[in-house]
Amino acid sequence: MIALVIRRLLQSLAVMLVVSLLAFVMFRYAGDPVNQMVGAETTSAERQAVRESLGLDQPTLVQFARYVGRVVTLDFGVSYQFRQPVTKLLAERLSATLELSFVAALISLFAGIVLGVYSALNPRGRISSLLQSVSLVGVSLPTFLIGILLIYIFSVSLGWLPAFGRNGLIPVTENWSTGLLTIEGWKSLLLPAITLGLFQMTLIMRLVRSEMLEVLRTDFIKFGVARGLPRARLYFRHALKNTLVPVITVVGLQIGSIIAFSIITETVFQWPGMGLLFLQAVQNVDIPIISTYLLLIALLFVTVNLIVDLIYNLIDPRLKDAAS
Amino acid sequence: MRIRRILTAAALALATSVSALGGTVSAAQAETFRFASQGDLKSLDPHALAETFSLAMIGGIYEGLVARDENLKLVPALAESWDVSEDARTWTFHLRKGVKFQGGQDFTADDVIFSADRVRSAGSDLKTRVPANAVFKKIDDYTVEVTTPEPSPLLHAVWDTWYIVSKSWAEEHAATEVASASSAPSYISLNANGTGPFKLQQHQPGVRTTWVPNPEWWGTPKHNLDEVVLTPIASGATRVAALLSGEVDMIDPAPLQDVDRINASGNASVLQGPEVRTIYFGFDQRRDELLFSSVKGKNPFKDARVRRAVYQAIDIEAIHKRIMRGASVPTALIVAKELFPLADQFERPAYDPDAARALLAEAGYGDGFEVTLDCPNDRYVNDERICQSVVPMLARIGIKVNLNAEPKATYFGRIFASGGYRTSFYLLGWQTNGSGSLGVLQDLYRCRDDAGNGGGSNVGGYCNEEVDALITKIGHEPDEAKRNELIRQAYDIAQNKETAYLPLHQQSLAWGVSNKVKVVQRADNDFRFYWVTKGE
Repeated sequence: MIALVIRRLLQSLAVMLVVSLLAFVMFRYAGDPVNQMVGAETTSAERQAVRESLGLDQPTLVQFARYVGRVVTLDFGVSYQFRQPVTKLLAERLSATLELSFVAALISLFAGIVLGVYSALNPRGRISSLLQSVSLVGVSLPTFLIGILLIYIFSVSLGWLPAFGRNGLIPVTENWSTGLLTIEGWKSLLLPAITLGLFQMTLIMRLVRSEMLEVLRTDFIKFGVARGLPRARLYFRHALKNTLVPVITVVGLQIGSIIAFSIITETVFQWPGMGLLFLQAVQNVDIPIISTYLLLIALLFVTVNLIVDLIYNLIDPRLKDAAS
Repeated sequence: MRIRRILTAAALALATSVSALGGTVSAAQAETFRFASQGDLKSLDPHALAETFSLAMIGGIYEGLVARDENLKLVPALAESWDVSEDARTWTFHLRKGVKFQGGQDFTADDVIFSADRVRSAGSDLKTRVPANAVFKKIDDYTVEVTTPEPSPLLHAVWDTWYIVSKSWAEEHAATEVASASSAPSYISLNANGTGPFKLQQHQPGVRTTWVPNPEWWGTPKHNLDEVVLTPIASGATRVAALLSGEVDMIDPAPLQDVDRINASGNASVLQGPEVRTIYFGFDQRRDELLFSSVKGKNPFKDARVRRAVYQAIDIEAIHKRIMRGASVPTALIVAKELFPLADQFERPAYDPDAARALLAEAGYGDGFEVTLDCPNDRYVNDERICQSVVPMLARIGIKVNLNAEPKATYFGRIFASGGYRTSFYLLGWQTNGSGSLGVLQDLYRCRDDAGNGGGSNVGGYCNEEVDALITKIGHEPDEAKRNELIRQAYDIAQNKETAYLPLHQQSLAWGVSNKVKVVQRADNDFRFYWVTKGE
């Protein structure tokens, strides 16, 4: 087991290194950061001086080696645009992204299961077929379109919910403030969370529906019916429980992508999270932010995969044999 | 049973939060002015970035020796008055007495001299505001004398945007130098201490910045605000939604395609006016052979007749009506007409493809040629679409244009000095600053070398000794009427005779403004919230 963990950790480390190298090579084509940092009137000699002060005149490999050297000591550099340490900028925005992703995951899980169970129990109902077609739309429409659609319905036409931003914040620690404790906070969270969770929700709903239909056909449910168990108890206790195993696996793996793909949702709603910061950094060639964000996301995926691997290993003894 | 309990609890939670949504979004308080911008306010250091938006926002807190009023006229600010010597080499500024910084420090000549040094220090992006060889001398606490070796009649023309920082405050917080990007973050990029009408309340870069009025301000406020809140909203559709739902009082800019919808909404309208930014095409006239063209061994753009032919092949009315939807003012000069009184005397040559073809034939390119047009796609209003529209127009006279549109991040790096001016035919915009034609001529019409010394933004490398000599004379001429005449002569040679550039239009400013507020729109797109009034 320990050998496996060590091997997996080493593999993860290699993945991180490759990600950072890829990111670094990419920056050569992202544009010149110096031009984004100075005004139009700056002379070329001054631009050159700025470039040298940042070490951007060095060959890519030297820059990369220096970067890895700094990252190992947990120094992620200073943002070109904001002239603030990248760790501080990301830390300030971490709470926004995590809250959004967490609520989006909860909404999608809750609504997905309820709707999935409903359409499995009433497979021929009118609502079920409506849900099926609506969910198809949910899967195929791009996130930003859904976001803008929701904004126009709930903010501009009905005026119920704010169109952008994150309000009603209560500071918890220096870098962490939460919007979950106020009504204002929930109001501004709802639209982006639904937008972000919609795709997952439809996914979960379809998954639960097909799994549930499968389970309902099995013998133990039939025996349960024959024995005269109450239907609700049969469906929600016995059938749903057996449905949830694959659902939870999928949800676990999707959490990483919810966080990573919150970029678009955050941009549409001007949600001050890491994704928005990243997108603005790309537009301004703010290399320290881009590279740190990419590393962070890579770390997230690597960790999730590592945990999933280890859990599988615990659950399924056959994998353990294969590993040793 | 457990699952059911969880479901019930969750349903309850959802129900409570939905019922909470029943109420409308709380109406903004009458005295709070909220606005959304496309760009970010990055650093609060007044000398860190020469960008209109940042300087305008910081200008609520800090002030310069002079300021510009609603009509772009220079007016006294921290200097009550000033005298210029006969030869325009010595300027004496009489400072306002009894002014205090928001941190309590007295404003004196020492702060002016300190700020003049700071704005010219290594990390500053506003070095060109104050000539490097200008000497600042303290006569007494409230008098500063500035001397320059050359006559400088327009010395203070761009002084409305370099602001005065308190010397003792900067020293106390180790902010005597402008933080360069590589150095550690500095106190002054997150905090502010000026003499202006507003104080900084909170600044979270890229998320939210708030100001409150400075009750100690020396002037009389023209606003009725208690608070100003800035939120950058990058997405145009979201910006419009925020305006229409009443969550913000103003958006800058309003996307052109949404103008009609905002006007029809009944609670907001779009304020449009010509901006002092001119969009133009430039030609590589310096290389002996174009980098990106089918013509080998010679450069067709070196021939003024070819440049003129391209000019006459452009149907500016079509661009004005179809691409810009009327939101542009076609022009014959790069300088904004608001900043050059003789601009009326210049006219665009008529749109005439036949004459253009004849000119091409006369220059020996009767069969046409192929050239690449470089164009940004995220910098100016409809930049890429303007370039696309020009492709068929030039095809009509036999010039095959290959369009290369790219994001500004890579575009500017390539076509300016740092990229070796690698372009043959390009689109750019130029914002006329307070010095008017002098700035335009110095940056765009002076000869340059390959490194960019001389006219650094003269990408195409236009060069005429006679025009160069005129530009030097213009810089030294103290009399305004005589100066304008010299400027007219320079444009007459460079534009009417030689078609150095192909100016298209001044683009329009478009701000979405709620009917509850009144704002002042200045042609230089410099938005000052201290002129905003709000009321039902």
